[in-house]
Amino acid sequence: MDITQLTALELGKKIRQREISVREAVLASQKKISEQEDSLHCYITLNTEAALMQADQIQKKIDDKTLTSPLAGVPVAIKDNICTKDILTTCASKILSNFIPPYSAEAYQNLEKQGAILLGKTNMDEFAMGSTTETSAFGVTKNPRDPNRVPGGSSGGSCAAVAADECFYALGSDTGGSIRQPSSFCGVTGIKPTYGTVSRYGLVAYGSSLDQIGPIAKDVTDCAVILEAIASYDPKDSTSVKRDSYDFTAGLVNDVKGLKIGLPNDYFGDGLDSEVKASILAAAKTLEAQGAILEEFDLGLVDYAIPAYYTIASAEASSNLARFDGVKYGYRTDDAEELHHMYKKSRSEGFGPEVKRRIMLGSFVLSSGYYDAYYLKALRTKALIKQAFDNAFDKYDIILGPAAPTTAPKFGELVSDPIKMYLSDIYTISTNLAGLPGISIPCGNDHAGLPIGVQMLAKCFDEKTLIRAAYSFEQTKERR
Amino acid sequence: MANIISDETIDYVGILAKLELSDEEKERAKKDMGNMLDYIDKLNELNTEGVEPMSHVFPVTNCFREDIVTNGDDREAMLQNAPDHKQGSYKVPRTVN
Repeated sequence: MDITQLTALELGKKIRQREISVREAVLASQKKISEQEDSLHCYITLNTEAALMQADQIQKKIDDKTLTSPLAGVPVAIKDNICTKDILTTCASKILSNFIPPYSAEAYQNLEKQGAILLGKTNMDEFAMGSTTETSAFGVTKNPRDPNRVPGGSSGGSCAAVAADECFYALGSDTGGSIRQPSSFCGVTGIKPTYGTVSRYGLVAYGSSLDQIGPIAKDVTDCAVILEAIASYDPKDSTSVKRDSYDFTAGLVNDVKGLKIGLPNDYFGDGLDSEVKASILAAAKTLEAQGAILEEFDLGLVDYAIPAYYTIASAEASSNLARFDGVKYGYRTDDAEELHHMYKKSRSEGFGPEVKRRIMLGSFVLSSGYYDAYYLKALRTKALIKQAFDNAFDKYDIILGPAAPTTAPKFGELVSDPIKMYLSDIYTISTNLAGLPGISIPCGNDHAGLPIGVQMLAKCFDEKTLIRAAYSFEQTKERR
Repeated sequence: MANIISDETIDYVGILAKLELSDEEKERAKKDMGNMLDYIDKLNELNTEGVEPMSHVFPVTNCFREDIVTNGDDREAMLQNAPDHKQGSYKVPRTVN
C-alpha cells in the first residue's frame, strides 16, 4: 500500500489505530518528495530533519492519549506566505529570501495544537500576486497532472503538493481565487472560508480586506475537518469575526433534497471553455438527480468584478508592501549611499515585475486627484457586487459555476499578458469582494485528461450548507 | 489606448511607491498602467451615485484593548532578521549630511 495516497483523515485514523506510525507517514511523504521534487518543484523550503523530530514527539503524545485529534501526526504543507516560527518564510520573493519569522501564524499554531507535522513551505506566486505560480522568484511549479502546464495560482505549490501526494493536506491563501483556481487546475479540493473566519495573524498581507487562509485537501471531509481546526476568533487580527458556529463537520451530510441551487447565466457565457461548461452543467444535473432544485438566473456585474478587484487589491498591496524597506528584515541592497536611496534600491532589486506593477497601480489609484475616480469608485462597485450576491442568496442556498474558465494552461500562456492572466480569475474574484465562502471540487476531466473543478458558493457564514452540497456531490462520484 | 501615462506621472508614482525603475522598466510600466486603467475605466459604465464606498463587507469597528504588553521581549529574535544592527537597534545608511 502506498500510504501517501490516503486522505488526511484516513491516515490520522491509521495512526491512532497504530497501523502506521507518525515517523512512517513522514518518511513516506519525504520519499515521495525526493522522488518527484526535481521535476515538480512544489516546495520552496523542506523541513526534513525537524519533521522527523516532531514526528517522534507527536507519536508520544498520541500514545499517551494527550493528542486525540483526527489530524494528529498527519504531515502538512504550508504556503510560503504563512509565517512558521524559525522556518524560512519567503512569500516566493527575493525581498524576503532570508526571512525567518520569530513567530507562527495563528492558523498554523492551531494546526500545531492538533499535532500536525510540517513537511515544508510551498511555492506560490510572489506575494500571492499571480494566477499561475510563475511569478515566484524561485522558479515555477509544474502541474502534477501534466508537467507541461501550470498548477494555477497563487497557491500553486500547495495544490500541486496535494495532487502529487507530496503531503496529506495543505494550507493556502485566497485573495481573488488563489485556493479555488489552482485546486481546479490540479484536481484537488479547496475552500476559501467566509472573510474573518481564519485569523490573518501571521499571513503576510497582500489585500487585507480580501485575504483568507483556507484548506486544500484530497476530499471535502478533509477540508471540513481542517477548516474546523484552523478557524478561530483571534483578537490579534482586528477583522477576525467571532462566529456563532465553528462546527463545519456538521455539514458532512449526504442530502441535498430541496436545496436551491442558482446557476448564474453570467458564469456560462463567452470565454468559458465548452468542455468545462459541459462538465459543470453535468455536476449541476447530478445534484438535481439527488433532489436539489436548479434554476438559472442573472447575477449581474460579473464584468466589473475584475477591474474593481485589481483597483482595491493593488491599493491595499501598495500600502501593505510599504513595510519592505531593507531596514527590519529581508533583502537590503549592498550599494546605497543614503537612507532614501537604500529604500528605493532595496525594493527595486527585491520585488519582481508583477509585484512592482501592482504596487505602482495601487500607489496611483490612491494618489491625490485619482483617489475618488478610481479607488472610491471601486469600493462603490464592491458594494453593488455584494448587493447582487445578497439578492441571489435571498433565492438560493448555493450558487454553482466553474472555478476557472479553462483547464490548466501551458507555461507562459497567461503570465505574458497581465489582463489575460487576471481574466482567469473571473469566476472566483467577486467572492472575495463579497466576503463569501467558496469551494472548488473536482468534477471531471477534459479530452486531454486535465481536471475540471466545480465551484460552489454560499452566503457568508454558511459553510455548513456549502460543505453539505459539496459533500453530497462528492458522494456521487467514485474516489479517484 | 485611452489612458496615456506621461513620464512625469510614472516618475511621480515611482516616488510614491519608492521604486527606482530603469528606462526600460519605465516604458513597460507606462504601457501596463495605461492598459490597466483603460480596463478599470469600465467601472465608469456603472452608475454608483448614492452608493456608499464599502471598505469592509462586515460592519467592523476599531478593536480597542487595554495598553498592556502581552508578548515577551523579542528584541533579540527580531534583530536576527535585520540586515544590519548595532547595540540593540536597526542600523541604516547615513540619513543626514
